[in-house]
Amino acid sequence: MASLAATFGRGAMTNGWVDIKNTDVVLVMGGNPAENHPCGFKWAIEAKKTRNAKIVSVDPRFTRTSAVADLYAPLRPGTDIAFLYGIIKYALDHKRFHEDYVKIHTNAPFIVGERYSFNDGLFAGFDGAKKEYDKANWNYEPDPKTNSYQVDPTLQNPRCVFQLLKKHVERYTPEMVEKICGTPKDQFLKVAEVVTSTGNAERAGTILYALGWTQHSTGVQIIRTAAMLQLLLGNVGRPGGGVNALRGHSNIQGATDIAGTFEILPGYLATPRGGLNNLTEYLEKVTPTTLNKQSWTTMNYWSNYPKLAVSLLMALYGKSATKENDWNYQLLPKVDGNYSWMYIFDDMYRGKSKRAGGEESGPEGFITFGMNPVGIGPNSDKMIAALSKLKWMVVVENVEIETAAFWKAPKDQYQTPDAKDIPTEVYLLPASGFCEKDGTFTNSARWMQWKWKAIDPPGQSKTDQEIVSRMFLAVRDLYRKEGGALPEQVTSVTWNYTNPINPDLDEVLKDINGKALVDIKDKDGKLVKAAGQQLDNFAQIMDDGTTMCGNWLHTGVYSSAGNNAKRRNNADPTGLGMFHEWGFSWPANRRIMYNRASADADGKPWDPTRPGIVWNGEKWVGDVPDFKPDSPPGQFGAFIMLPEGVARLYAAALNDGPFPEHYEAMEAAGDNPLHPKVTSNPVGVRFSSDKDKYGTASDFPIVCTTYRLTEHYHYWTKHHGNGRLNEVQPGFFVEIPEGLAKEKGISNGGQVKVTSARGSITGVAMVTKRLHQMQIGGKQVWHVGVPLHWGFMGAAGHTGPLANKLTPTVMDANTWTPEYKTFLVKIEKAEGGVA
Amino acid sequence: MNSPGLQIRQSSASLHGDTGQRKMPVVSKYIDTSTCIGCKACEVACQEWNDLGNVDTKQVGSYQTMPQLNADFWNLIKFNEQTLTDGGFAWLMRKDQCMHCADPGCLRACPAPGAIVQYENGIVDVNPDACIGCGMCATGCPFDVPKYHKESGKMAKCTLCVDRVDVGLEPACVKACPTGCLHFGTKDDMRALADQRVDQLRANGLAQAAVYDPPGVGGTTVVTVLAHGDHPEWYGLPRDPHVPTGMRFWKSVLRPVGFIAMAAAVFGAIGHYLSYGPKKPKEDESGPAAL
Ligand code: SF4
Repeated sequence: MASLAATFGRGAMTNGWVDIKNTDVVLVMGGNPAENHPCGFKWAIEAKKTRNAKIVSVDPRFTRTSAVADLYAPLRPGTDIAFLYGIIKYALDHKRFHEDYVKIHTNAPFIVGERYSFNDGLFAGFDGAKKEYDKANWNYEPDPKTNSYQVDPTLQNPRCVFQLLKKHVERYTPEMVEKICGTPKDQFLKVAEVVTSTGNAERAGTILYALGWTQHSTGVQIIRTAAMLQLLLGNVGRPGGGVNALRGHSNIQGATDIAGTFEILPGYLATPRGGLNNLTEYLEKVTPTTLNKQSWTTMNYWSNYPKLAVSLLMALYGKSATKENDWNYQLLPKVDGNYSWMYIFDDMYRGKSKRAGGEESGPEGFITFGMNPVGIGPNSDKMIAALSKLKWMVVVENVEIETAAFWKAPKDQYQTPDAKDIPTEVYLLPASGFCEKDGTFTNSARWMQWKWKAIDPPGQSKTDQEIVSRMFLAVRDLYRKEGGALPEQVTSVTWNYTNPINPDLDEVLKDINGKALVDIKDKDGKLVKAAGQQLDNFAQIMDDGTTMCGNWLHTGVYSSAGNNAKRRNNADPTGLGMFHEWGFSWPANRRIMYNRASADADGKPWDPTRPGIVWNGEKWVGDVPDFKPDSPPGQFGAFIMLPEGVARLYAAALNDGPFPEHYEAMEAAGDNPLHPKVTSNPVGVRFSSDKDKYGTASDFPIVCTTYRLTEHYHYWTKHHGNGRLNEVQPGFFVEIPEGLAKEKGISNGGQVKVTSARGSITGVAMVTKRLHQMQIGGKQVWHVGVPLHWGFMGAAGHTGPLANKLTPTVMDANTWTPEYKTFLVKIEKAEGGVA
Repeated sequence: MNSPGLQIRQSSASLHGDTGQRKMPVVSKYIDTSTCIGCKACEVACQEWNDLGNVDTKQVGSYQTMPQLNADFWNLIKFNEQTLTDGGFAWLMRKDQCMHCADPGCLRACPAPGAIVQYENGIVDVNPDACIGCGMCATGCPFDVPKYHKESGKMAKCTLCVDRVDVGLEPACVKACPTGCLHFGTKDDMRALADQRVDQLRANGLAQAAVYDPPGVGGTTVVTVLAHGDHPEWYGLPRDPHVPTGMRFWKSVLRPVGFIAMAAAVFGAIGHYLSYGPKKPKEDESGPAAL
């Protein structure tokens, strides 16, 4: 979600599931929602039936989504930037973009500094040795008069973002799109025409995407290109618009919000670095300063960083956090270097790690909770080898997943060490399933919805909170008894639950929401909040230790009115599917983020039949507005989380360039037609252990993609012996285009072996018309696909190969997401039964 | 019997029917193949609700669960990768199940009295207590629906969830469908919905779109929207299904003879024959069916 955060300010689906019904055009790319999000996809179907909306599916495979699309165009895996830039160029050339919107809601008028350049596939500031950019080269041009930045509201200045973008996309002609993507020109033009039909006030279009965009070495920049396209078309912040990241799990949005990855604390606050010695230094580093530009001032909501950070520290450390001890900032773990899980596994495998602090030994223990790294990690053999070096591992799961049983991986298929050579002691703790515990799910649309336990967990399985609590309390006891290095880090943590070994999640949600710790009065002495009262919104969060808040973004979910995640009122006065009294939608129960952009400069909605918010002369009405309801049009920009106040067509924040650029996958099927000397993402990440082997097109000429199937849930379904879902999708297969099958003598239902530089897997061939040979710059490229749900564990008759045995450990430079969607293989006919 | 609350309109090998009925609208299932995503939620819902046995399926190179309907699998999405006449391509998915014909060939063909019934609301159902497992119904069905169930020795097929419908619920498949391509209601309403959707498809350039509601079987209680209505066979549907002529004859002339012969021959069915009986007109206007 780094790209959306860099472009709009927040990394989440901009609109919501139900809102898709309000659209005129649904562009589905980098996702297959009919397969992976069938219940949410109903809203796309609804738009089709009730608004005669057009569904456009652009995908390397003709998918279940393509099957119900009005328009389908194929493209070669990993070439999405070229395709989207082609549409952007088409919109600019044919004036099919929303100019009024672009002028007031984006940074199109900003002037970029002289140091920015782009030549032969590289942006200014590239350090070839470090494989890094110095992003200072990409800054806006300062304006000494205003102490801010220069802008040109007419968009004519050749150094303004708008003109630079125009120049940057000049190369992406329909012919070039065909050459790079393999999409026939006429099909591309049809798509461009339909998509840009929304580049005006009257119409709105949405983009739905998922991991088909994320899982590339250019993933973040693909999503950025889509966000830029939507900004040009004026589709962000509007009902029926948006860039809608479809999250694949019921609670993945919630997990990310609450600190899903190493570089963030709850509410997307930055994890402190070692060099930031105290809270003041930390806050100085992370709090952005306001850029007073544009016709309005910006709210720059992150200027509240000190309040959010101090209240989080109060939630973590309670009474032991005081102003004198910097609210215990010292106790927060600091990171130096990358602790993304690919790096952790690399350290584990090599037994050592090298980060800013110098050389250290690799991890000796590992706790994995609700995750199956041997299944989902790239290069399964490296995953297995890494776990084989640990002293201990704790797996918390509902079934015995591949990770828990890594040492049992069959030797005829995996490079599993002999059991006697594996020191790892494995503890498998039985967890409980989603219906065996209370709690909230935060869905794609940012809706936090309470769910109630339906049945007790079986046998000795325990709820997640009980497992975590018991671990924490045991560790704390040890530190209390035996001391150790920095025991206060653990002993100072506050744990005020009625039942400390199994906290009621209602109490936990209260902490996440935050409350007043003392009586809080306004400047006239009137009581705002009595001590102990729940906060109602994040404006009440304080930086003086008088409030605590576990995640400011979720404030309001458990207000003084009670647990709002439990609300189930389906009243919808707007008729637009906002449902403000159903659950709670962060931030501030806002259903469409950046909704200020749904209106023009005067606060009138672009499309009066689909208003997001409307200025009625006194206040904004409709959805919950981006800012105080009575702040008049012209006061604040829609993009309050960005210091510019407007969205970024040009974003100097990402690691691989202020504009996206087409690069081939790290395992490239051929040279980059735009700049053959810089074929792949110059800052994409590879690893160098002896298990990290990469293939070339001469040895592995076929492009391969992995994906999910609607019938299966992850690696779980196959554990159900007589499960209905195994009945309706019984086993692993390899999708192969008819022509390739013919070339290789492979028949439908026969056996096929797929080999990458990492290894081979064998399975049933599904010969299909839904995959094509692609013409890439005169060269023929074949493409095959493998679903990822199988593995060596599961009920008899339902096991199969791990698709990730084939995938490489290469990653995007911003989020360190592995490139599962484009890598190289070769295939051949195989004999015998299913491997 | 699945539905003690519904009256019988007609019944196999029996003169019973048509008279003494309450007025009840014919119910119908609407299937819009143009918005079906082939997710198979309906397949699983059908298996679960009807508590059907597990079929040992194998991956043989298709998204389709199994080649055809099975006595333990009454609802099957048929997948077809179709090259269109204009060179285009479509991945067609159609939900296959009993069509609940207004003039059911199975019912005509069945020699066992009361083994196949059509309720007053149009649902066609197998009564396992009366079924002798002879398989004649399958020969009468133009859609190849009824299947022989080895363990029970009876014929089995979709009941349109008559047990749910009877208590005011929609069929399990309709309840489960995430896209809303399935609907349930009166035949008139569902037909209107289908006509409306076809109009929309035609307006969008699919001139050949059509509702599949074939007259040869008196229309089907399951109405299906086909984007390529000129090619029902692409969806695995017969172009012009009808009850085999032999069956028609059987029903209108020979059936009474047939059923008397069967009644004599089939010991277990006698009770049913008697209870259905050749009924007197207007015998039972308001009460439950005589079962
Ligand atoms: S549940 Fe609905 S969408 Fe899914 S396969 Fe069945 S009919 Fe099609």
